[in-house]
Amino acid sequence: MHSNRYTLIYAAVLSILTAVILAAASEGLKPAQEANIALDTKSNILRAVRFSSDDRQAIEKEYGEHIREVVLNAAGEEQPGIRTTEVALKDEISKKPADRRLPLYIYTGKNGQRNYIIPVRGVGLWGPIWGYISLESDYNTVYGAFFDHKSETPGLGAEIAEAPFQQQFQGKKIRDDNDRFVSVNVVKKTDKISVGNEHRVDAISGGTITSRGTDAMLKNCLAPYLTYFEKQKSNVL
Amino acid sequence: MIAESTPKPAGIPKKKNEGLFSKKNIQTLRDPLDDSNPITVQILGICSALAVTVQVKPALIMALGVTVVVAFSNLIISLIRNSIPNRIRIIVQLIIVAMLVTIVDQLLKAYMFDVSRKLSVFVGLIITNCIVMGRLEAFAMAQKPWPAFLDGIGNGAGYGIILITVAVFRETLGAGTLLGYKVVPQWFYDHGYVNNGLMLLPPAALFLIGIYIWWQRSRNRKLINVS
Repeated sequence: MHSNRYTLIYAAVLSILTAVILAAASEGLKPAQEANIALDTKSNILRAVRFSSDDRQAIEKEYGEHIREVVLNAAGEEQPGIRTTEVALKDEISKKPADRRLPLYIYTGKNGQRNYIIPVRGVGLWGPIWGYISLESDYNTVYGAFFDHKSETPGLGAEIAEAPFQQQFQGKKIRDDNDRFVSVNVVKKTDKISVGNEHRVDAISGGTITSRGTDAMLKNCLAPYLTYFEKQKSNVL
Repeated sequence: MIAESTPKPAGIPKKKNEGLFSKKNIQTLRDPLDDSNPITVQILGICSALAVTVQVKPALIMALGVTVVVAFSNLIISLIRNSIPNRIRIIVQLIIVAMLVTIVDQLLKAYMFDVSRKLSVFVGLIITNCIVMGRLEAFAMAQKPWPAFLDGIGNGAGYGIILITVAVFRETLGAGTLLGYKVVPQWFYDHGYVNNGLMLLPPAALFLIGIYIWWQRSRNRKLINVS
């Protein structure tokens, strides 16, 4: 039997040793991991404009050539000094709309058509959910959507990350005929709400809380951009 | 997970000056592939076998990950087995295993990002994979480093064989692909063939492992009285 002293020292030395090894591994691999995360973000942003590829270079090329990143303030003015990577959506969504900084990704296609990609973030059942939703140049029609999640239930809430759910958003409208903001509502087929078909998509059966979270996320994150869109529209006219 | 099965008893200590690939060492390496397969005979590590076998690629990576972790944790524990204070031996084993798993996880995140996303929590769960702790407690604590290392490779491979077999069936029947490439010809689909959706769900893995155990025992008679 080893003495108490030996046991304690053994435990301490072992802990320190493993801690040092792990710290070294984590630090050494960080650049590669961060590059992966950055690429993943770009790939997700492009998915919102229906571009998907597994090829690293293709993603970088498409993103570099077609996407312009801007950060807006609540008054819809561009903030040239701030980069989108400096804005943590996690913190922004809990601020009052008037205090938020709003990242926006402007995609210019090959034929000159523009899409406005808005990052969204909210809460699901088990953890955060997020995504990107792109509008056409009328600032109203949804061109594409991409959602992902940290830990929603596979087969239920996690379905928001699957194509069938996301494709429903294509062609939906975020404003009604009177130009009021109604968002795209994620509701059950049987839910009686007063918005037309072009403002609603089917929620996921069995994923009610995630669906509601998605619905709230869209309302919360799209609304602050309206000021900017109004401004853009009046500039054109 | 701990209650899944009791670990096998430790082997008899070896004589000195054995060859690297003596008959006994080969036995240590080969036994877990069939006679004492961790999944189908020791019934360890079933949970991850259900979760990561929808496609062949994650199954392959998972098998590799577990093999690396079992082999090296066996090796390290065996190297320090005489210095480990008996009262905290499980904690020491756990620290070593957790360290190795974290390193594997970090490596995957750095070099195989999409795979690491697919495997997500299951890499972390290698720590709780009964195979790892089972082999440490049952083998590495009482054996020299080299046999312990071989035992780890053997058990990892035994685990991998089942994982990949199950994954091959699930991916071909469930999605009509293998490693992402289409293997079921379009002609089949044109004539009314449909992919089997059940194969994509976890219960399918349970059925397949059940069938495997049945087949293994009808072929290998000496296993029949084991459990």
